[in-house]
Amino acid sequence: MANNTKSGEFQRQQNKEEMKKQLISFATMILFTILAFLIVGSGIMSKMFAIPLLLVLALIQVAFQFYYFMHMKDKGHEMVSVMIYGGVWAAILTVAALSLVIWW
Amino acid sequence: MSHDHSLNPEVMPQHPEKATLEGKNKFLGLWFFLGGETVLFASLFGTYLALKNSTAGGPTSQDLFGLELVFLMTMLLLTSSLTSVYAMYHMKNNDFKKMQLWLGITGLLGIAFLGCEIYEFYHYIHEFGFTFRSSAFGSAFYALVGFHGGHVLFGLCWLSAIMIRNAKRGLNLYNAPKFNTFSLYWHFIDVVWVFIFTVVYLMGKVA
Repeated sequence: MANNTKSGEFQRQQNKEEMKKQLISFATMILFTILAFLIVGSGIMSKMFAIPLLLVLALIQVAFQFYYFMHMKDKGHEMVSVMIYGGVWAAILTVAALSLVIWW
Repeated sequence: MSHDHSLNPEVMPQHPEKATLEGKNKFLGLWFFLGGETVLFASLFGTYLALKNSTAGGPTSQDLFGLELVFLMTMLLLTSSLTSVYAMYHMKNNDFKKMQLWLGITGLLGIAFLGCEIYEFYHYIHEFGFTFRSSAFGSAFYALVGFHGGHVLFGLCWLSAIMIRNAKRGLNLYNAPKFNTFSLYWHFIDVVWVFIFTVVYLMGKVA
């Protein structure tokens, strides 16, 4: 039993370390969000620069959400990656096709 | 060992949500569903991008959108994502009461988000006469943002169902996967919202 409580203590410590990483990723996401709103709110950037920059900020935020909040960085997420990247691939094709339809 | 006993071990494993075969299946099944949801939302985003300039003489995205409310909604949903991370942290520490508390906070933030969205739609309809039928832009906008709002509503119903149903059971290997799949779904709603506030609101305002 003593052994069990010991490993329990170790687990708790590990969970705490993990939670710290989660908090850092949350702070980064908030920062990126504020940055994105500032770019648009201040109007300092032309449309040509602002739109690609906004998309990059969104992609980084989503990566944090998937890899940290949803634990895709952890072991045993190979099948998960196949599914979500499969979905992303079909999503890119869909958006590309619908954009192409209105190109001319 | 009885079935009931094997689901209530004396020492909880490190990952109670994936300790049983059913838990592993629920985990994979939800991710499979999220892969499909990605494609579904992509078609709505693609439709919106194709139709966003077809305003039929009605209000444009620049006339309509106000950044303050969208910023508030973003903060509400982003924070609710963090609170559900806290709930899963307490689940892994086998602290049922704290998990329920943080899930409750997640739910309240979700309700606040939905309230803001209802106010937003009401504002567009009554101040601008901007409805689902007023233009192709209107149809695409309400279909995309409304479908996301519908996902939030579904998530809130799901959350209250598992919170109430398991309130007296406490945490065990049978319901831990249920809480975990909910939290993954809730994060995914936030992922979709990140694209909505970027593509619909910010890119609509900057144009």
